[in-house]
This record gives sequence, C-alpha cells and structure tokens, in this order.
Amino acid sequence: MERERILKIRDLRISFKTDAGTVQAIRGVDFDLYQGETIAIVGESGSGKSVTTKAIMGILASNGQIDSGSIEYVWHDENTGERQERDIVKMSKDDIQKIIRGRKIAMVFQDPMTSLNPTMTIGKQIMEPMMYHYGKTKEEAYARAIELLQEVGITDAQKRMKNYPHQLSGGMRQRVVIAIALSCDPYVLICDEPTTALDVTIQAKILELIKELQVKKNISVIYITHDLGVVAKVADYVNVMYAGKIVEKGTIDDIFYDPRHPYTWGLLSSMPDLDTDDDELYTIPGSPPNLAHEVTGDAFAPRNQFALNIDLRVDPPMFDVPGSDSHQVASWLMHEKAPKVDMPESLKKRILKMKKEGLKNE
Amino acid sequence: MDDIEFLEDDFEFVGDKQDINKDVVLPAKSFIKDVWTRFKANKGALIGAILILIIIIMAIVAPMLSQYTYNMQDTAQQSMSPRVPLLENLGILNGKSGISQYTGQFANTYHLFGTDHLGRDLWVRVWEGTRISLYVAAFAVIIDIFIGMVYGLISGFFGGVVDNIMQRIQEIVNSIPTLVILTLLLLVMKPSIYTIIIALMITGWIGMARITRAQVLRIKEQEFILASRTLGASDFFIIFKAILPNIFGQLITMSMFSIPNAIFYEAFLAFVGLGIPAPQASLGTLINDGFKTILVTPYMVVIPVIVLAILMLSFNLMADGLRDAIDPTMKEM
Amino acid sequence: MDKSTLKYIGKRLLISVVTLLVIILVLFAMLKMMPGSPFNPEKLSPDMIAQLQAKYGLDKPVLEQFVTYLKGMLTGDFGISLSIAKNIPVMDLVGPRIGISFGIGIAAALFGALIGVVLGVTAALKRNTIWDSLSTIIAVIGVSIPSFVFALLLLLVFGLKIKIFPILFNINDPIRSSILPTIALSVGAIANVARFTRSEMIEVMKSDYILLAEAKGLDRGTLIRKHALRNTLVPVITVLAPIIINLMTGSMVIEQICSIPGLGSLLVRGIQANDYYVVMAVAFLYSLLYVVMMLVVDVLYGIIDPRIRVGKGD
Repeated sequence: MERERILKIRDLRISFKTDAGTVQAIRGVDFDLYQGETIAIVGESGSGKSVTTKAIMGILASNGQIDSGSIEYVWHDENTGERQERDIVKMSKDDIQKIIRGRKIAMVFQDPMTSLNPTMTIGKQIMEPMMYHYGKTKEEAYARAIELLQEVGITDAQKRMKNYPHQLSGGMRQRVVIAIALSCDPYVLICDEPTTALDVTIQAKILELIKELQVKKNISVIYITHDLGVVAKVADYVNVMYAGKIVEKGTIDDIFYDPRHPYTWGLLSSMPDLDTDDDELYTIPGSPPNLAHEVTGDAFAPRNQFALNIDLRVDPPMFDVPGSDSHQVASWLMHEKAPKVDMPESLKKRILKMKKEGLKNE
Repeated sequence: MDDIEFLEDDFEFVGDKQDINKDVVLPAKSFIKDVWTRFKANKGALIGAILILIIIIMAIVAPMLSQYTYNMQDTAQQSMSPRVPLLENLGILNGKSGISQYTGQFANTYHLFGTDHLGRDLWVRVWEGTRISLYVAAFAVIIDIFIGMVYGLISGFFGGVVDNIMQRIQEIVNSIPTLVILTLLLLVMKPSIYTIIIALMITGWIGMARITRAQVLRIKEQEFILASRTLGASDFFIIFKAILPNIFGQLITMSMFSIPNAIFYEAFLAFVGLGIPAPQASLGTLINDGFKTILVTPYMVVIPVIVLAILMLSFNLMADGLRDAIDPTMKEM
Repeated sequence: MDKSTLKYIGKRLLISVVTLLVIILVLFAMLKMMPGSPFNPEKLSPDMIAQLQAKYGLDKPVLEQFVTYLKGMLTGDFGISLSIAKNIPVMDLVGPRIGISFGIGIAAALFGALIGVVLGVTAALKRNTIWDSLSTIIAVIGVSIPSFVFALLLLLVFGLKIKIFPILFNINDPIRSSILPTIALSVGAIANVARFTRSEMIEVMKSDYILLAEAKGLDRGTLIRKHALRNTLVPVITVLAPIIINLMTGSMVIEQICSIPGLGSLLVRGIQANDYYVVMAVAFLYSLLYVVMMLVVDVLYGIIDPRIRVGKGD
C-alpha cells in the first residue's frame, strides 16, 4: 500500500522574544508524517519538542514567531474527496483556527488534572467542538459524545456526561481528554507526554487505548516524550531532538538497535532498566545549551566525549546511514573522513538484551 | 556539504581539550541578592521605597528644624497660603491667595504649606500628622508579625484539635467587620491613637494568621521537615529553624500590605471626627479641618491629601514590588 | 444538591449563627461595662435612678437581661435613643435610613463590580499594553487613595465647578443627588475587583484547560466567553468581603460629606454624642449584613465551584 504523506515540515525555525534576548528554540526541523503511522519526538526538556508541536497546532505563545520553513497539511475534503494542501505558516490565525485546529489535528495534554475546564461538565466539553465546528445540534452532539465516551472505555457514559472533572480519577480524565480530541474526527493526534502525570498502572492502559483508537480510525499520532520506554511501545518512527534540531531519525529499530549519534547513545544508556547489570545509571554529562546565545557548530559538542574539531566550527548536516533509507544522523562522525567510533560497551550489551526480549513486550 | 572547506584537523577528536562534565550553571545568587535585583527592576516599587524614605526623614526632621511647633497659634498669621522661597518668584506658591498676607512684619516669613485658621504652621502640622500615620504603620507591622504570625504558626504547626478551635475563633473574629469593632471601642475609649491601635490589634492579625497557617501546612508536608523530624528535631527547633525562614518572605510582604490599611483607618477616623483630639494633628484631622473652608483656602485640604495619598500609594507600590520580588509566583491577595 | 453541599452549607450556617450570637454578646457586655450610667447621677436622686433602672429592666439577673436584649435585637427593638433624639425608639431613627444607605451601597457595589471586571479583564487580555498599564494604575490609585478623598474631589469638580449634580443630598431628588456619592463610594470596589480580576484572568489564560480549549479550535471570543470568564469570575466573588467593608467605612464618610441621611452618618453622630443604643443598633445591622453576605458568598461559591467542597475542604 502506498504511504500517504499528510504532514510535511521543512526547515522550521522558531524564535521567542524574551527578556534575556531572542531564543532560537527551533533551528531547522524537518520531518514527515504518514497516514496511520506514529512518530515520536524524543528529547530532554527544552529541546524544542513541545514548541514544535505547538507550532504544528498553530498555538505558539504570543512572543513566539516562525522565522522560516513550512508546515504543510494534506487532506481530502470530507464531502468532495478533493485533495487539499495547505501550509499553515502562510495561513491566517483565523483560518488555522477554523480549518485546522480541532478538525484536522487534536492534542492530548500532559496533565489530565488541569487540562479540563473545572467549571464545565464533561459532556459539555466533549460536545462543544462538534457543535462549534460542524454545527451539530445538541441531540446529535450528545449522542456522539456518549459514543465517544464508550469508545475511550468509560462506563456509565450517561452519568459521566453530567459530572465535573474533579469527580473523575486521573486516568478517567485522560480518557475524557482523548474523547474530546477525537470528537471532530481529526486525522492527526498529538500526544504531549500523555502518561507522565498518571499512575504507572494506568499508563499502559492509556497507551493501549490510543493505539487501539489509532488503528480503528486510521489516524496518525505524534508522541512527544522524554521516555524511551513509551517510545519503544508505541512508535513506528523516532525523531531525536537536541537543542532545537533533530539529531537522529529513523525507524524504531534503527534508533534502538543501531543508534549512531552520541546523544542517542546517551539517551539509551540513561534509560532506567530494572534488571540491568550495571550498577550505575548512566547520565549525559553537562547541561543543554542556552539557546539565547548563538550556537556555532554542533550544539551537542560541548557534552560529547567524541567531539571532533569540526563540531566546534560547523553544524553537521544530516547524513544518511548507509544501507538504510529511513535512518539519518546529524553528526560529523558519519562523515567518511571521520575516525570510526563505536558505541559504549555497556550500551552494546543493553541493545543485545533488548533485541533478545523484543521492544514492544516489556 | 560541498561548500564546506575542511581543515586538516577537522576530523580529529577534541578529546581532553574540553571538559564535557562542565555544567553550565548560572552563577548562583543568594536569596536576598536575588530579591534585591528583582525589586530594583520594578520601577514603581523603587520609587515607592524612595518616597517612603523621604517621607520618614521629613516626618522626623521637619518639625525639629522648624521654628514653629504644631500647637503654636498666632492670630496675626491666620490662613496664610503657602509661600516657598524661589518658587514665589515664578508666581506660584507666593502666599498671595491666603487671608492674612505676608506683609509688614511677616514680609520675610515663609510658611511652606501655609497656616491654618488659628495661624498654626501647616508645614509642621502636616509632618507631625505624618508621624502619627507612620506610628500606626509601625504598629500594624508589629501586630501582624507578633499576633498574626504566632497564631498562624501555632494553629498550623500543631494541627488537630488546637487548629480546629483556633480556626473557629479566627472565623468568628473575622466575621465581625473592623468598623464595628472600631466604633464599639470608641464608645468605651476616648478617640486617640491608642484606640486605633487596639482596634487594629483585634482585627489586623487575621490575614497574617491565615497566610502563616497555610504556609506552615504546605511546608510541613515537605520532605525536609519529615527528615528533620526523623532526625529527632524538637517542635520548637523545627518551627524556628525550618519553617520560619521558609515563610519569612511572604510574611514580610503580607505585613507590608497591612500598612496602607492601617494608615487608612487612622485617617478615616480622624476625618469623620473620631481621630486624635486637638491640638494634635494627624493627616486625617488636617483634611477634616481644611474641608470646612475648602472653598476659601483649598490648600489646607490639598496638601495633607497629597501627602496621605503619596504615603499610601508608596506603601502599596512597595508591597507589590516586594511580593513580586520575594515570590514571583505568589498570586495577588 | 448532594450531601456534601448540604453539609458544607450547614456548617457555614452554624458558624454564622454563632458569630451573630458572639456579636450580640459583645454588645451586651459593652452595655454592662459602659463607663458611667446612661442616667445622669448628678441630676437624679438614687430613688429616681432605681426607678429608671427598673423601667429598663436593669435590675434583673444578667442572664435574663441578656435574653431580653437578644430578643430585642432580633425583633428590631434596639432600645431608646439617649441623646440624638431623646426618647425616640432607635428603630424609628434607624428604619428610614436603612433604605437610603443600602440603596447607595448596592448601587455602588454593582457599579464598582461591573467597571472593575471590565477593567480587570481588559488588562489581562491586553497584557503589557497601554490598556493594561492604565487599568493597573487606576487599580493601584483606587486602592491607595481613601474614598473620602475621591468624594471631596468629585464634589469639588462636579458639584462646585461644573455644577451638574447637587452637592448635598436632596430627599426630593434622591436619584440625581445619589450619583456623586455612589461613584465616590464605588472607587474602592472598582480597584479591588479590577486588581483581583486581572490576576485571576491571567492565571486562567495560562491554564492547561484554556490551552485545550484553544486546541479544540475555538475562536478567541468563544474561548474567553465560555471558558475563561466563568473561571475568572467565580473566585472574584471572594473579594466581596473587602468590598462590603469598604462600602461601610466609605458610607460613614460620604454620608457625612454629602449630608445623606443614612446609617453611616447616624453612626458617626451616635459615637460623637455617646448615644450608645444608636451606635449598637447600627453596629449590629452592619455585622448582620456582613455575616449574611459572607454566608451567601460562601454558599454560592460552594455551589458554583464544585471543587471547593472536595479536596480543598473549606
């Protein structure tokens, strides 16, 4: 089956005006999203993953600004089936709000305790976007909302419609947030750390729910997370972000079994693992750069034990990993002239183990 | 990639030439220094603080340096309007609009704020009046800190039945308007600064007690308190060493906010004629006296009103600034 | 209404009743401790004093006196004026004034709340613009400058210089002559409400649920109307307490300045003339008003914002 590209982001650059000066939060991001697939954007906090998704939603904070690049949406009109292509960087705020946000793309936020309006019933909050965007009547919206609640696994839907958010548990609230997100049949769903605020026992259930709904509705999902455990469970493709750039991208197997960027090595090594042989938990040395200052060369170089002289001077381009059409790495180590560097031994062992156990059934 | 010119050593490791373990950390600043930086950045707060300082100095120094006293009457110098050296040459504040004129033996007299209907120098009286306001302000802070803080600390720290009873008492006292307590006090006591201070004592501590208790409850739950408990620290030690320093900033802010309120009550009572008795002056009584002849000699009202307004505004601005500086996340109360 | 709501209301009601009882007890105790006797001992013989005491029930046991007093207070029998209007029941003095004072007070509260909310919301939505600064300045000045100063200013400008509104209260033209005092009285309320609304609105606009509402694709108008405004206004009713106190103190001054025959001016006269039945009656009415308003606010808040009852407790 032909993969259909529904979101295409090219050379996205975003800056924020702050008291401390202009912060270059996103410094040239490219990626694509295909129908029905899941990508994960992984990185430390401040790496720009949330800013990227907010830009995709068109809800950047008022001091943020897209300096260049494009965010193209492709969809088929629900009535005529005609193919539509729009670059939201060029669209007006009003058009994004009317055409894109809520209808084409929806978002599930990190903390379900605070992301629901405390003074509005669950029912109203689910019905609202349907009535707003599609002009559904109250009765239609109500019927659909009940259906949605059942789809996200909430029993007693009728009763829950009248509840206020504080009467529900965290897991239930996140299900409601998912129901709201799905209410206008978007084809892209952004999940911003959807499980970090939840109990461990509920985390897996929510992830499974999202996956199940994704298959059923054939939607694409973008996960933003710092948790590689989540990534391993849900994603088809992974983008590793560092300091406003994607430093390595590839399929989940590429990233987990054949990581090439020293930063990805660091991330994988620092993943907590219950039955690891190592005594110490690996952490990446140093701290992320302050993007209010101009970065010369590779932003990761100061923390990179394998830094090359050129890293301090020139920002590395994306290199294709030989023998793979999906795997790309932004590191001078991939250059033909670069000395050959192997990943740390302990990580090798870890990867071997992961291969044996398989990624998805942890 | 073709346009990049590679240098010879480009593909050699940087290796030991850089320390990858270096954490780029912002230079740590002490809490006080941090507060001061933020406070300084707030123009309004800084202006407020400077104005308060000027007013305090004036209230102390002006009556001492003047040849007049607050109760020196001179019928020959009744209701003279303000006359200020230098400014008089510009045609303003030249003392010509008053009832008595600066002529004859008073040709070289200067009443900077004029005189009242009994010929008393208003410059001295206004600053004397400001003293009263400042006394009240000082007492407000002391009351806040001593009664309110102690009450809140005890209530929050010991919890349980103690807390329950103390909270109910607080609720009841809080349900009686300050005004009612004031008026009732005025029935039993003569109007004076002490009446006002006692009234403040009865009601002024509640806001502070509430905040202190809330803070104590919050901090009590934090792990470092549990840690010191498990290490065998006594209650007393915990209150003074662990809890107090942590809530100190907010308490200062809170007590700063009670100052304008206290000043207001004094001026208000004086204005309705229930303030300190003559011949003493407070800003409120001066405004009240001046109000009677507002059409003839408006300066008698305008000057104390301006001083009062500046005083309250400055304290408000400073309190706002302090709150933002001490705890940028604290919400407006 | 569920059980927790009822329990919450019951608890608040109980506290209000206890508070009122405490207030009456304090009033009664003060009456007992009052320096001097209401009857001038120099002019009256001991016999006559005893007679008068019997007449006012002052010779009975204290508890019985208190019960009588309590009954009197609750039925509007506040005793007899001692000096302002000799031998006239205090209720007759107080009664006609209640309407005037409350009329102006309610008008000022509504006007102040409306303007305050508009100012606060504008400031929050147009943050860091000239509108924000303007509204913040108005709020700070309003909080800082006592209402009597405003009353003086308004009277000077609109009563004396421009002469649009009468300076003194005119019972035959109550509406027109109430406008200036109402505005002067509302300044404090405007400032309080504006300050609070601004900070509350800013918090709300930063909240996750507004982000979620934005992600739903609502336009800004709907977002503010349906999601932000309600969540902002619910906590704003908590500033009602300082506003009422503001209005009470303000009314004492403004009624004095504008010669409005209201409760505030009566209270001032009562204190000056040491007419303590009058003072106590007004003090009691003020307390009653305050206690009832607080009760209403808390109950309303509990009903409107369901989070109050759960989690936060009270």
